[in-house]
Amino acid sequence: MSTVAIIGAGTAGTLVANRLAKQLPRNDTIIAIDLDNSHLYQPGLLFLPFGKANPAKLVRPRRGQLSQRVTYIQALVTKIDPKENTVYLVDHPPLHYDVAVIASGSKIVSDETEGMTGDGWLKDAFTFYTLEGGTALRNRLENFTGGRIVVNVVDMPIKCPVAPLEFCFLADAFFRDRSIRDKVEITYVTPLDGAFTKPVCSSILGSMLKDRGVELVTEFNTGSVDYQRNTLVSFDGREVPFDLAVLIPPHTGAEYVFHSPGLGDDFGFVPTDPKSLVSKVAKNIFVIGDATDLPASKAGSVAHFEGEVVSHNVQHFLNGESLEEAFDGHANCFIESGHSKAMLIDFNYDTEPLPGNFPLRFGTPLLKESRLNHLGKLAFSWVYWHVLLKGRDIPLIGSQMPTSGKRFPAGEVRSPLSTQSRDR
Amino acid sequence: MATATYDGVEVEVNDEGFFTDPSAWREEMAPIIAKEMGIDELTPDHWRVIRFVRDRYLETGGGPTVRVLGKTSGVTVKELYRLFPKGPAKEAAKIAGIPKPVGCI
Ligand SMILES: Cc1cc2nc3c(=O)[nH]c(=O)nc-3n(C[C@H](O)[C@H](O)[C@H](O)COP(=O)(O)OP(=O)(O)OC[C@H]3O[C@@H](n4cnc5c(N)ncnc54)[C@H](O)[C@@H]3O)c2cc1C
Repeated sequence: MSTVAIIGAGTAGTLVANRLAKQLPRNDTIIAIDLDNSHLYQPGLLFLPFGKANPAKLVRPRRGQLSQRVTYIQALVTKIDPKENTVYLVDHPPLHYDVAVIASGSKIVSDETEGMTGDGWLKDAFTFYTLEGGTALRNRLENFTGGRIVVNVVDMPIKCPVAPLEFCFLADAFFRDRSIRDKVEITYVTPLDGAFTKPVCSSILGSMLKDRGVELVTEFNTGSVDYQRNTLVSFDGREVPFDLAVLIPPHTGAEYVFHSPGLGDDFGFVPTDPKSLVSKVAKNIFVIGDATDLPASKAGSVAHFEGEVVSHNVQHFLNGESLEEAFDGHANCFIESGHSKAMLIDFNYDTEPLPGNFPLRFGTPLLKESRLNHLGKLAFSWVYWHVLLKGRDIPLIGSQMPTSGKRFPAGEVRSPLSTQSRDR
Repeated sequence: MATATYDGVEVEVNDEGFFTDPSAWREEMAPIIAKEMGIDELTPDHWRVIRFVRDRYLETGGGPTVRVLGKTSGVTVKELYRLFPKGPAKEAAKIAGIPKPVGCI
């Protein structure tokens, strides 16, 4: 008779709740907590600004995504006390747990950057990382006749780190389709020293930007947004002017993490064991999804792969057994590249995204544009609601990264099973 | 792999000049590396950041980013850029003999 409290019922919280519902003995209680009843399909936000997603269709009730077995509490969590095994909520009595699962994701903090939310916000500058922002940007792009568009990632880490690049590719295609591409300048501004963090992928994505005439500005740490002059100013005094800015604000963990003793780091992310996904603060707190401090992508696919490990380990913990050290940092993301094409990248803690084929029967190409991958990206919406959230395994895609099919750089030869036995 | 000689000791560095073996670093090397980068004098404020960066690296295995420095080193981001004009995270890491900090994915 144990109680498992899951904080957050977004992607990760929902899928782990549904996995536990299938796994745990009937007399255990599974509670999922979230502050509202609107589950947003965040990958759809990328398509929203280009009129390719209907905002109303991106949201479904949270309760409906959870197994009947799960008790759903709609309330704001204000604090967890890891010593007292207690969750504190607004307008609800404190909850005692045997195991807590932190699945409260990350949030964007647009007021961390000087000037960002000033008088040009939602007029000349937008973010597509929220439903409101994406909808407002759609209306602005609808009427955009020409000028300078700047896409700026203010700081890492961010959710779905490829989404801002995908935005550039889709913007290029959008203006080509409207026959005004020659009137629009697109500039991608990043704090990284290339288009992306991982070298092979970074150079491929960098040349894709180039092919599409997107200018790349690197190592730019945005200090402030100046709406008097519609200019981004970096801390070292460089300037990038814009007519329309698409900004990806810095992220932090959920607010309550900052008020929970010993739980989070300076940015509210929860220090987590990279393989077993147990928190570093307490043996009965597990962490999944964007809420962790792990060097894995903040992506729904990662939450899915983590789900298997977390749900097993919650059960192991309750049975007094040792934990599985099974998570390898596996991420599997489609990168939409415009005009109904997409690329697939597949990587983990040790292996950066490499070209080759994903080992499915039809040989889905990796790091290469194809229509098949675009169909995969579109199908992801269905997979998300019907497979991933339900806590089911995706056929043929295991939680550990496959090494077969990838073209490793010369000299680096790996057997298909090597990642399972390799230490970090 | 390139090498550089600081304070009479030959150390291995990568092609951007970052130490490949942080344990080869000595405090006496810091002012020499700094001078190479155009920072003529290391003030107590510089040292505060350099020590912070190095401690963080030894603790976590990675150099802190500018955002982390601004939030946790006790020195504001504006001030950090005054001390290390070409980028505090990178410059302080180089002077502190640790690898270049990478933004996480
Ligand atoms: C534009 C965009 C495009 C993306 N594209 C992709 C993609 O193509 N593929 C992919 O795999 N991923 C993609 N992602 C990332 C993916 O959506 C996230 O990584 C995923 O949703 C993370 O799941 P999570 O459960 O950790 O966080 P969320 O799904 O964000 O859930 C966290 C939940 O915690 C709740 N919560 C927070 N604080 C509290 C509190 N104090 N009290 C109660 N509840 C609280 C929140 O309300 C929220 O529901 C994209 C994201 C964005 C923004």
